Amino acid sequence: MRSLIMALRSIGSNKMRSALTMLGIIIGVMALVVLVSLVNGATGSITNAVSGLGSSVVTVNLYDTTKKPVTLEEISEWQESEPALAHIAPYKTDTLSARRFENFGSATVYGVTAAYKDAQALKLTEGRFISAADVKNHSFVCVINETMAEKLVGYTDCTGQKIKISGTEYTIIGVLEAEENNLTAIFTAGQMTAFVPLTSLVRLSDSVNLQISQFYIGPSEGYTLDETADVMERILLDRYQDDEDAYRISSQNILEDAMGKVTNVLSILLGGIAAISLIVGGIGIMNIMMVTVTERTREIGIRKAIGASRGTILVQFLMEAVVLCMLGCGLGIFFSWGILRLVSSVVASTGLVFEMNGSVVVTAVVFCFLIGIIFGLSPANKAAKMKPIDALHYGG
Amino acid sequence: MIELRDVCKYYQVGDDKVRALDHANLHIYPHEFVSIIGPSGSGKSTLMNIIGCLDTADAGIYLLDGMPIDAYSERELARVRNRKIGFVFQNFNLIAKLSAEENVELPLIYQKVRRSERARRVREALEQVGLWERAKHLPTELSGGQQQRVAIARALVTRPSLILADEPTGNLDSKTSREIIGMFHELHDQGNTIVLITHDDKIAHEAPRILHILDGRVTEVQP
Repeated sequence: MRSLIMALRSIGSNKMRSALTMLGIIIGVMALVVLVSLVNGATGSITNAVSGLGSSVVTVNLYDTTKKPVTLEEISEWQESEPALAHIAPYKTDTLSARRFENFGSATVYGVTAAYKDAQALKLTEGRFISAADVKNHSFVCVINETMAEKLVGYTDCTGQKIKISGTEYTIIGVLEAEENNLTAIFTAGQMTAFVPLTSLVRLSDSVNLQISQFYIGPSEGYTLDETADVMERILLDRYQDDEDAYRISSQNILEDAMGKVTNVLSILLGGIAAISLIVGGIGIMNIMMVTVTERTREIGIRKAIGASRGTILVQFLMEAVVLCMLGCGLGIFFSWGILRLVSSVVASTGLVFEMNGSVVVTAVVFCFLIGIIFGLSPANKAAKMKPIDALHYGG
Repeated sequence: MIELRDVCKYYQVGDDKVRALDHANLHIYPHEFVSIIGPSGSGKSTLMNIIGCLDTADAGIYLLDGMPIDAYSERELARVRNRKIGFVFQNFNLIAKLSAEENVELPLIYQKVRRSERARRVREALEQVGLWERAKHLPTELSGGQQQRVAIARALVTRPSLILADEPTGNLDSKTSREIIGMFHELHDQGNTIVLITHDDKIAHEAPRILHILDGRVTEVQP
């Protein structure tokens, strides 16, 4: 406590120099806290946006379809027996020709069931999606995206119009909204895409049959993705007699995971750069402490003459370095807080929120403390090692 | 009390080995007031450093209160300086950014004396040198004589076995010098052991016993 007061007085006795020395630490702390908080804030908003993309589904791929293929009926059984699997959406896809009068092109056609809409969080601008009855009746109805509507029909409010897919006449019952926040909408934008009943696609395409090889499981109320994946895993293990290679279940929220990785890397990268500037600040402290020790050689001599031991002197100068670092750290955190407030208010309209990240503040404090110790040690040791007579006779 | 037996100290100056102390012997008894006189270069400062435990001898034996100091570690020497020796220097050697009071308090802090006890003893010491009313002043706000009195208070406050004064009047005018010397007499009358090192004959003769140092050897001067 006593040495703390002494250190503060010593720092206070040369305010300009102390302030300049602390500047390095202040800037370093600000860089660390502000950059990491900004990345985290941006990540938060991006993650929120990504979550809305309907990417939180369990994806299941089946590889062993020949011996004992999964059928639509079996899926219906799962849906009825397991509440977690209420929204299984099997699908098949093929690229087929599409035509309306003189307009034609190749379109990606998805054979789906009614559950696909919810599993992929699709939104329609017009009409309705494929219904269970459509699947049951092998109906020749389709939902198309806006690109397809514009290319084939010429306008988007085109429900009730008829188009030909692979030569078979289909009635348009709905138009997919070209939404910014939907993964399917993003992936299909710019290319002609149609959704038809799975049972109906089987009749159009030679390569598609009713053996299900991949499906999504949309979120069911009361179940997490992992729980859903566990239920599915149990059923499939049982079905394939513990052959784990027969299927693959990925419950990861793939996009969010990818985003998380990117922003983590970004955080570490920026944090690393900030850490370097903190170390540079630490070197500044060491430099000034060296000067201080030299300047105060006589004081050290006097203190030693009247009985200060090596340890006492060491602690005194180490304390000064640490206090200098911690003051700089505190100021840096304070300024960071101000900057984050400012940035938040400037970008308030975009909905981005930048808050000070608690863990980065703790990191900054710990880091500053360590820097104080590490870079204070060598000057303090230099002071402690001085011989009292040499120190007393220094400069008079 | 203080006993030096065949103490030697050498310095390497370029290629030459200079003997600052050459088999110096001396004996100082408790409650004595001794002055050590010698011209510059006689080994005076070296002797003072060794007596003050600021430096160790290269050869010989130094007993302080019967303890062989030459075998002490740096840490133990710091302790001895703190508890047994009070220094008074020519250039006062007060810490400029500490007030008179804090300067006097410093050795007690190093002794880990309790705060209330420290305050009492600091006051006692400053009153003894007649500077209590200046306790809050910084050294720069005090005259040379006052600064030296603060330094004496700092030397006294630990109740040392020995007060070691190195040219204590060297930076003072003659009137102030007389005051400081008067103070040493007073301290001596109170039973303190005082060793005064000087090059000034007149100052030296203030002490009842005078030792002469020349070329690193100590001889008794008969009054």
